[in-house]
Amino acid sequence: MQMPQPDPRVLALKPRLLSELRAVLPGDALIDAPAELLAYECDALSAYRCPPLAVVLPRSTEEVAAALKICHALGVPVVPRGAGTSLAGGALPTADSVVLGLMRMTAVLETDYANRLIRVEAGRTNLSVSGAVEAEGFFYAPDPSSQLACAIAGNIAMNSGGAHCLKYGVTTNNLLGVKMVLMDGEVIELGGAHLDAGGLDLMGLVCGSEGQLGVVTEATLRILPKPEGARPVLVGYASSEIAGACVSDIIEAGVVPVAIEFMDGPCIRACDDFSGAGYPDCEALLIIEVEGSDAEIEEQLAVILEIARRHDPVELRESTSPEESARIWLGRKSAFGAMGQINDYMCLDGTIPVNALPLVLRRIGEMSRDCGLDVGNVFHAGDGNMHPLILYNANTPGELEKCEAFGAEILKLCVEVGGCLTGEHGVGIEKRDLMEVQYAPADLEAQMAVKDVFDPKWLLNPAKVFPLAVSAPRREGDVRDVG
Amino acid sequence: MRPESESQLVEALRDAGGPVEVRGGGTRLAWRPVASDVLETGGLSGVRLYEPGAQTLVAGAGTPLAEIEALLAEKGQRLAFEPMEARALMGTSGTATLGGVIAANVSGPRRVQAGAARDFLLGVRFVDGAGRLVSNGGRVMKNVTGYDLVKMMAGSWGTLGVLSEVSLKVLAKPPVECTLILRGLDGAAGVARLCAAMGTPYDVTGTAHLDAGLAGEDSLTLVRIEGLPGSVAHRRRALLEGACAGCDSVEGEESAALWRAVRDVTPFAGRTGAVWQVSVKPTDAPRLLTALEAANLRGPAICDWSGGRLWLLLEESAAAAVALRTEVAALGGHATLMRASEDYRAGVPMFQPQAPGVARLAERLRATFDPRGLLNPGLMAQTPVGPSVGEPA
Repeated sequence: MQMPQPDPRVLALKPRLLSELRAVLPGDALIDAPAELLAYECDALSAYRCPPLAVVLPRSTEEVAAALKICHALGVPVVPRGAGTSLAGGALPTADSVVLGLMRMTAVLETDYANRLIRVEAGRTNLSVSGAVEAEGFFYAPDPSSQLACAIAGNIAMNSGGAHCLKYGVTTNNLLGVKMVLMDGEVIELGGAHLDAGGLDLMGLVCGSEGQLGVVTEATLRILPKPEGARPVLVGYASSEIAGACVSDIIEAGVVPVAIEFMDGPCIRACDDFSGAGYPDCEALLIIEVEGSDAEIEEQLAVILEIARRHDPVELRESTSPEESARIWLGRKSAFGAMGQINDYMCLDGTIPVNALPLVLRRIGEMSRDCGLDVGNVFHAGDGNMHPLILYNANTPGELEKCEAFGAEILKLCVEVGGCLTGEHGVGIEKRDLMEVQYAPADLEAQMAVKDVFDPKWLLNPAKVFPLAVSAPRREGDVRDVG
Repeated sequence: MRPESESQLVEALRDAGGPVEVRGGGTRLAWRPVASDVLETGGLSGVRLYEPGAQTLVAGAGTPLAEIEALLAEKGQRLAFEPMEARALMGTSGTATLGGVIAANVSGPRRVQAGAARDFLLGVRFVDGAGRLVSNGGRVMKNVTGYDLVKMMAGSWGTLGVLSEVSLKVLAKPPVECTLILRGLDGAAGVARLCAAMGTPYDVTGTAHLDAGLAGEDSLTLVRIEGLPGSVAHRRRALLEGACAGCDSVEGEESAALWRAVRDVTPFAGRTGAVWQVSVKPTDAPRLLTALEAANLRGPAICDWSGGRLWLLLEESAAAAVALRTEVAALGGHATLMRASEDYRAGVPMFQPQAPGVARLAERLRATFDPRGLLNPGLMAQTPVGPSVGEPA
């Protein structure tokens, strides 16, 4: 993965930039000591690192606006950062950029249970949004695996999903309004406590734009009453084909589980070794969770189990207690840790049409044998979002590159069968150069034209999402010097 | 113009020399009649893919909505966002199309729980005002690859491009529905009950309050639940013990008929006056109605989405439009004029004016995707002007 060469003009501006920022920000809101900058040199895609020019940690929308205005006037690129948990390099700086981190903006501004909403500063972590409304019996539905650490700002930038989005949708379906700062420092509000845009759905555009259109500083989020209860079942099958058919039949039967998680043989065995969850030794394992009162859970599970049995499972385990439920989830929840104990791994995030699952798993298995790197698959099976984990050894020269090439082949396969490059992690730098596999030039041009509208000088997180060669005229072109 | 293929659509828009009115089934009013060519999308019709087990449907934008709904019903599925049948309200004929539903982001009562049309839209193909074919999104449910132009197109009313194909997430239709009914509450008490019902874990899928005289003598406060039989029985019992104490309940077709009336705003069909759709925070709905009453402008109201969407029938006066939009702006929502006489429409913009910063972005987006200002010109613009070219002032 390449990053653009730092702009010498911007590097030369550093003293002026720092003094102008210092003049409008509190003393502790600006970081420029080289040792401290190292904390911001990467996000969770830690294979790529580069300390920025400076880091700004504002405490208010006004401070965000003041900092952006200065960077805009000086033509300095800005990389917005939530909690730095991006797996796609969304918050990776360049040497000529200012990182604008929102982690000090964590306040709850308003909770309104009658209207089922919460308004928070965007640096607040995902899980603590639920925490703020838990006592009243509510929760915030999108639940990315990193929810303990990740910030709402990043969730909005990446339109994050989670294990339960089969029922509750992803961030964009649970976002009511944003306050955001445009690159030139102008503050705007989109949406609000009401439903639906009163004009073009600009908020829908901003959600998932990877910090390239503006910096969201406040968000109004839908909160939901917590279900009365939830219960998983575990079903093991001899092949992924059978498991895939079972998933399809459950969905077609009209029952909507909150989650259908899938693990393949290598992943089952690794998770079981690691966590002692007691998973059956089989080639495909489904964890299906439903919600409601006890009676409702029984009713839904009756439908699901009837279908599951019809497909001849090698194991079928119903939970009869919270402890058993926790054991069923234990292995799945430790999947990444389990794979990480075996070796370094790269986590992919493609989505495929649900019925393409057996074909895709077979092809991944063949590719794995061909290139000599092992891969385990965990998968949000209800919605087709796959997370192949490719194992490699970072200390073996050339193995990271081999792993990346293998990952790229898997993502191309996802597109080939009718899916997409990323289901919930975002493009960032990781999938940037594959965008032309999924999109025709006119499709990418249309997306870049949207950035032209919001950020005409292409200063916000400019080296992400679009292949560098494709975005180069905009990043380097005349547009930067006018306006 | 009636293109029969995407390539003909590209040609039609590339070669267009003047304003173009984009028309799906013609079930909604052409807003600001200007001398223009009509572009009908009916030729871009047909289901391309339907996979019930993947909850996915892909169809040409000109496909009749009724055809889609019939196809889904065969497999026990439906469009969960419950698009309305607008003809009776609008006083129009024609056949609603899928593309029209998406272009207007039309959602019915279930929007309060399931989401809007835009939330079920997985992918679009469209041709913009310069004749450029653009594809965005796809046919899978989780997709964050690049910008979400899918959302941008939903509710853009044909001003950014003409949809040629859409992909949708579809859901199973639960076997049982039940509606809990309270009679005689005033708006504030009705909305409070509805908000309370939405705050329960019982997965309520419809919350509406109708003024007295709209569906019978008394006002009606309606709460809908849907699901498997045991589940509906449990939730009904739980709601009757709490948020919906004192309610009657109806099931099956009787329940469905009530929600069709709310969805289609049937009580306003055939009645004179301007029909407004207002979006506010649910608990602000009674406040808005009180303010209109104080100004002697209050007309009949249907509070759908717990009050989050009001359907209002107001007199066609300048004072009513100004008062409504001023109140709504103060509450932080928006009011859309959905039906009115041609004279009234000529003086009152369809959409609520936006804050300058937001309006500027929207205007630039329209100029980007429709550089010659050909598509439904003036419909969404802040000021009733003709074709807009280039940067705004």
